[in-house]
Amino acid sequence: MTKYAVKQLSVFLENRRGRLADVAKVLAEAGINIRALFLADSSEFGILRLVVNNPEKAKAVLISKGFAANETDVFAVEVEDKPGGFYSVIKILAENGIDVEYTYAYAGASHTAILFFKVKNEDFSKALKLLEESGHKLIEAAKFYE
Amino acid sequence: MSLKEKDFMPKEELRALQLKRLQETVERAYHLVPFYRKKFDEAGVKPSDIRSLEDLKKLPFTTKQDLRNHYPFGLFAVPMDRVVRIHSSSGTTGKPTVVGYTRHDMAVWTEVMARTLLMADVSEKDIVHNAYGYGLFTGGLGFHYGAEALGAAVVPASGGFTKRQLMLMKDFGATILCCTPSFALHLAEVAKEEGYDLKKDFKLRAGFFGAEPASPGLRKAVAESWGIQYVEAYGLSEIIGPGVAASCEYGSLHVFEDHFIPEVIDPETGEVLPDGEEGELVITTLTKQALPMIRYRTKDITVIHREPCKCGRTIVWIESIKGRADDMLIVNGVNVFPSQVEHVITKVEGVTPNYVIVVDKKGVLDKLEVWVEVDEKMLTDGVGTLERLQKKLEEELLNHLYINAKVKLVEPKTLERSMGKAKRIVDRRELSS
Repeated sequence: MTKYAVKQLSVFLENRRGRLADVAKVLAEAGINIRALFLADSSEFGILRLVVNNPEKAKAVLISKGFAANETDVFAVEVEDKPGGFYSVIKILAENGIDVEYTYAYAGASHTAILFFKVKNEDFSKALKLLEESGHKLIEAAKFYE
Repeated sequence: MSLKEKDFMPKEELRALQLKRLQETVERAYHLVPFYRKKFDEAGVKPSDIRSLEDLKKLPFTTKQDLRNHYPFGLFAVPMDRVVRIHSSSGTTGKPTVVGYTRHDMAVWTEVMARTLLMADVSEKDIVHNAYGYGLFTGGLGFHYGAEALGAAVVPASGGFTKRQLMLMKDFGATILCCTPSFALHLAEVAKEEGYDLKKDFKLRAGFFGAEPASPGLRKAVAESWGIQYVEAYGLSEIIGPGVAASCEYGSLHVFEDHFIPEVIDPETGEVLPDGEEGELVITTLTKQALPMIRYRTKDITVIHREPCKCGRTIVWIESIKGRADDMLIVNGVNVFPSQVEHVITKVEGVTPNYVIVVDKKGVLDKLEVWVEVDEKMLTDGVGTLERLQKKLEEELLNHLYINAKVKLVEPKTLERSMGKAKRIVDRRELSS
């Protein structure tokens, strides 16, 4: 099941003008491709969450440039790009008592969307198993690293 | 007696020696320095009034301002041709304070520095990496002479050039590190960034850290990250430089009492406080020729202990310096020391020990902010968790300081790293009033 564990990077950013551009520049110059991103923020700081094509390299580059960054396992589910797509997944998790810490999505190519989910570590395998059993399509991490 | 044995002198012998030396010092100061004569006369004391160590408290205090008022050489008790060394403070807060040494003073300084280094049994087998600044600051040369006297190989690295220093420490196999606690931590940080294994790549076994107050948390962080014995070195240039006191293996800061008599006073009233009570440290030099200091007010806050120390040394010990009265912030009427803030943040997981205290005026009230760096390994990716960390720090600060401080989390390495004494306070109140 670990093949479905997507290494997501989280970067701590102060709310200062230009910090997002700084992160983006570091990654661009290192030849890192961003596959998905989501910015969670409070009034004073933000956490930029990224799925990239080479998480190890991206993390090393960010830390060497003085950013606080860590890795978190998330999983990705492909659903049809139509009403109820998101609900079909979240329903399974909710019915089985799995709390979603956060989620973000992008509408991918040709009528499908990719949903990313962060759940507690102890719920990770259980969530994957439930979704597989209910016929959902899980995406292997390797697909994002190509 | 060997150098180390001097720390274990029988009490009666030590007291007799102190009295003899105190009487000599007071005589010399009175007859050779017009400033002291005038001060003693005004206070109505004569050198002959000093018949016991108890009589010390009859003498007037000397302050940093006195040194400034007699800039540069007005308090020297010897003609300039007997002076072989001059040091001076940076003078960031006014005229610099200038201190001088005769050949004899240099020998005393070397002795107390050697005794400082003997707290970790430094010998000819050691390689001492000395990253205290060389120059007018007494740290660099003080440690240099002490280490050389013990036959150790000294690397006079001085400050700055962090990466190069790490390379030399590794390549030369330094066993002893001498620098400020904040620089020791900075070295550790940079070493990790450069991919060194602090315990495998370096042969360090002990370090001598001083020139700035360090909280228990910071001392622990330095000792643990390098895996070394942490020796605290205390001193001030007005007295001699480093070498006034050093901590033994039990962490007690022993004062080299055969050369310096410590007292603790109430900074408000000037009254001598009983042992065990916190107050301002006052030091009288017993063997200094060029610049004898009678009851010098250090502005450092500590406690004197006379109960025996487990290490067996008979010389008195004091508690780690809590802070300089100069560094003490008064925020809405409450005394706040940077070291208290440091202690709180070093206890909390997820932030680095670097911090800056910002004091501002908000209307009539002072506003205290503490900026703390998030650890680069970031223990969480939840906004809520980080907000809880912020709240937890604020609660802990309130518990320790009895004052509300707002915590601001900042990115790693954004707070200025200091090569010498760390700058921890930004007081904007004067600017905004």
